Amino acid sequence: MNPVKYLLLAAAMLLVLPSQAQQVALIKLPELQKRLNRKTDTTYVINFWATWCAPCIKELPYFEQVNATYAKQKVKVLLVSMDYASQLDKKVKPFVLKRGLKSEVVLLNETDPNTWMDKVDGKWTGALPFTLIINNGKQKRAAYEKEFTQPELTAALQQFLK
Amino acid sequence: MKKLVPFLAACFLLVLSSYIRPLAGYQVGDKAADFKLKNVDGKMVSLADNKSTKGYIVVFTCNTCPYAQAYESRIIALHQKYASQGYPVVAINPNDAGIAPGESFAAMQARAKSKNYPFPYLVDETQQVAQTYGATRTPHLYVLTRQGTGNEFKISYIGAIDDNSEDAKQVKTKYLENAMTEILAGKPASTSSTKAVGCGIKWRKA
Repeated sequence: MNPVKYLLLAAAMLLVLPSQAQQVALIKLPELQKRLNRKTDTTYVINFWATWCAPCIKELPYFEQVNATYAKQKVKVLLVSMDYASQLDKKVKPFVLKRGLKSEVVLLNETDPNTWMDKVDGKWTGALPFTLIINNGKQKRAAYEKEFTQPELTAALQQFLK
Repeated sequence: MKKLVPFLAACFLLVLSSYIRPLAGYQVGDKAADFKLKNVDGKMVSLADNKSTKGYIVVFTCNTCPYAQAYESRIIALHQKYASQGYPVVAINPNDAGIAPGESFAAMQARAKSKNYPFPYLVDETQQVAQTYGATRTPHLYVLTRQGTGNEFKISYIGAIDDNSEDAKQVKTKYLENAMTEILAGKPASTSSTKAVGCGIKWRKA
């Protein structure tokens, strides 16, 4: 392959990548539970947020930064949108694309929080933002019903990486 | 005097730090504290003001949260249904207007006027009431029942209005109304505590 073709191919791949980043899967509770209960030594940072939640949007870059900072460690960020499923194409996908979010984003497609919230975490009273840090391999789990600053998130995550 | 300044600063910080996170708050069956908060009409409102009620539906809500807005007309309907049965709505805005300017007292007055609130809409400026009750989000509801003829109230229900915030027409379970039916019959609510998603209360920063 000559260098020009190679460059063109590389450019084409760069154009394709952002469109992949905007995929947001609709998931139901059992799928989320499966994610929460994975028996691995990967530390999962699971942030519940919504496009309408100002403090959530403020802390999103800190979660995005986790991917870059801990790229070589077993850390994975999952952003769970609490937007209504009806807003997936109208609000959530455009938001994810505009912000260029690299973390995996899913939308929890459930209507009655009273039936599912305790199955996510009993300590969650329903306020957003809400964050879980889980490492089932180490049997460690922490819940935060609060807005993080970047140092606070780093400190919370460090507890799992010792 | 020089010693007094750090002492006062420490006191100030201590007071401020108590604003950062809510306390554990009330459970169903707990005695509910009265409060004295400013209404949008400028008058102070307490639970003890109206001796004829059987109780109150206390709603922590606000101007800007999409969930509070989604439930606004349903909260008005609750007042219209239950005020005549002895349980009027009292709405309280616990958000710090310093963090969320859309929650200012003037904005509350405008919202109450434009939506014709038939109930008081009170500002919890120090956030003490929300902390005492253990409210974490908007909307967050507490049904209070008067004990005997005095001004003592107990918590009969905490939680959600119903099971569908997006669309009132799709609601299958009206959690609060189901509880009210039992409470009005003098029975404890069989489902007395429910969960809902809402906007985290904007707590004043230290």
